[in-house]
Amino acid sequence: MTMLAPPAVRVTELPTTDRGRGRSVVWMALPALVAFLSFGLIPLLGALGLSFTTWDGIGNIQFTGLDSWKAALTDPGLPHTLAVTFEIMILSWLVQTPISILIGVFIAGRQRYRGLLAVLYFIPLLLSSAAISITFKAILDPNFGLGSGLGIGVLNQDWLGDPTLAIAVLIFVVSWQFIPFHSLIYQGAVRQIPTALYEASQIDGAGRLRQFFSITLPQIKYTIITSSTLMVVGSLTFFDLIYVLTAGGPGDATRALALAMYQKGFMANLMGPASCIAVILVLVGVALSQLLRRLGGRGDESQMEGM
Amino acid sequence: MKRRDFLTLSAGTGTAAALAACGSSGPSNSGGSGGAAGAASYWALSGQPSEPIRRAAIDRFNKANPSTQITGTYFANDAYKQKIKTALGAGEGPSIIFNWGGGGLKTYVEAGHVEDLTDWFAQNATVKDKIIPASFGAATVNGRIYARPVESVTPIVLFYNKRVFDQVGVQPPQTYGDILDLVPKFNAKGIAPFSLAGQSRWTNMMWVEFLLDRTAGSDVFNRVFAGEKNAWSDPAVLDSLTKVQDLVRADGFIKGFSSITADSSADQALLYTGKAAMMVHGSWSYGLQKANGGDFVSSGALGYMNFPPVDGGKGDPSNALGNPGQYLSISTKATPEQKEIAKKLFSTTLLEDEEIKGWVGAGYVPVLKGSETQLSTSPNADFLKFVYDTAVNAKLFAQSWDQALSPTASETLLDNIAKLFQLQISPQQWVDAMNGVIGK
Repeated sequence: MTMLAPPAVRVTELPTTDRGRGRSVVWMALPALVAFLSFGLIPLLGALGLSFTTWDGIGNIQFTGLDSWKAALTDPGLPHTLAVTFEIMILSWLVQTPISILIGVFIAGRQRYRGLLAVLYFIPLLLSSAAISITFKAILDPNFGLGSGLGIGVLNQDWLGDPTLAIAVLIFVVSWQFIPFHSLIYQGAVRQIPTALYEASQIDGAGRLRQFFSITLPQIKYTIITSSTLMVVGSLTFFDLIYVLTAGGPGDATRALALAMYQKGFMANLMGPASCIAVILVLVGVALSQLLRRLGGRGDESQMEGM
Repeated sequence: MKRRDFLTLSAGTGTAAALAACGSSGPSNSGGSGGAAGAASYWALSGQPSEPIRRAAIDRFNKANPSTQITGTYFANDAYKQKIKTALGAGEGPSIIFNWGGGGLKTYVEAGHVEDLTDWFAQNATVKDKIIPASFGAATVNGRIYARPVESVTPIVLFYNKRVFDQVGVQPPQTYGDILDLVPKFNAKGIAPFSLAGQSRWTNMMWVEFLLDRTAGSDVFNRVFAGEKNAWSDPAVLDSLTKVQDLVRADGFIKGFSSITADSSADQALLYTGKAAMMVHGSWSYGLQKANGGDFVSSGALGYMNFPPVDGGKGDPSNALGNPGQYLSISTKATPEQKEIAKKLFSTTLLEDEEIKGWVGAGYVPVLKGSETQLSTSPNADFLKFVYDTAVNAKLFAQSWDQALSPTASETLLDNIAKLFQLQISPQQWVDAMNGVIGK
């Protein structure tokens, strides 16, 4: 999956002389700009263009105006696909965020064993989604998997063959894969909080719980926004995981937008409607990240709240 | 040679080559990377046991024709299906295109990507006469032949585990009614009546195909294939779909079937491990059972039969379903030299004795007429004779629906079949959805 990372550093004022400053900044942005143009903007415009055509991916491209949009938007499967997409998005956010914050806060401590744990936690992120999916698929297999192999009845469910369980498994695997990453972000954020705040609160008699809710959480507010944006926008692009794990099944129970796009475009040879879904994905992604920015308040206010 | 000399030399040749390329005013395919004109590309499927047989055929061709070479590239099945479409669309396809005929081939034809081979077959009647006529159906679009049938005939058959049948004390089914009677008996012993890799969807499709064929014959699908309006609205379709859902509700298929994929061969494993008693699958399953099932095949525990008749059904029980062959087409984008190489391959190396030996040894029946003698000397003689008889004696050998239909209609078909097995839609909803994509 792709991750849209916000700029790590905000350049406001450079403490150098004014001469040639603007030019050098443009130069520095050039490689990123070229990459964005060639791998982001141009394909995006290509998809937008294709969404007004009829094309089977092999023959000639015919401009057919809004036909593909009509086909994509009146597809009886679209509401379900959208619902699945948002269901996965919301559930994976709800599961990942609290756990990531708690783990992040925990491993932010300086003890050596926590460093070791942080490394162990990090391992799932190093594996590819396809490998993770194949592994979980094998473990959860109703006939040859862990449950039936060990004879543990509770584990021996039809994990990926039951619509509700399949969504649950998907959320679990997504969380298993990405919680380490978000924990790491939170760990960094928590370590940035000045210890003076905790020392002062201790003097005022605040307990650990009070410290967590009154200092830690407000101080990592922007990190929560950042991490949530990554989770939410990232969840729109879940493809490999779903494709390998359930292929959208059982039936269409786990068919999210990205998978629907692939099936329309590359399996049903309907590139026009598939491009429409791609454009819808981009629009939803942009809208959600803007919404999250708004929720996070003005970007230019001090992150050192109360300092 | 000293390093400096080497550098000078290589720089010199580089310049010379560049100059030569600039100065060339001849046909664009001459010059360039040496020998490109004498080489054709061939893309086909990877995987055991077929890939080594394909590789060996290409190697033999290259050895016999040193001046005209074929370079083979091999892809996994599902990956290939996507890759070939994108490559053809981008004009980057191979000279020789492996395909399955039917609806996929039709889209290539309509986009002008494959050569019309009708005249070539007329001139090379000996090639045509050797091949089982049923194999040509899927290679023909609007009365013209666009592909050469190659490799093997693979009908879909009903496999069963004799050990499990003995254990439960029952006989193999003679009719669909017998199947329904067997379901509770196997379930009572904790054995799934049927193995099914439902996530792959085409596996479920075989059930719908057979039930409709045995109930009403091939007319309904022929009308669908011909693009007749509302052709799925035949009472026999509703009847067959209801039978499917009844079988799902009666636990006819293994628990969790909708999360099993055929690619992993888990469905095969369910049969030879005795977790399931029966399985409807392509005849290529025999090779997989033999390779993975230990002594399952060699001990004679694998049983097989054509899908039994449905009681009161009008369909001819000898009808077969499946793949009447694999196909090779020639790209229209290939150079005249490459097309010649392809045609030379089509008329020589393919399915000569050496290759036939490979297919027969791996448990396949070649798409050739009169190959019984070769089959009977094989260690798989019984099974191969059964497959040959099924293919040749079939009143009708229908191509699998997902191959016969266009990719657009096929995707809707598979999607709705998955939902049907999942009991997410009713038979009537299935019919309505499928009527919507007739002719698309």
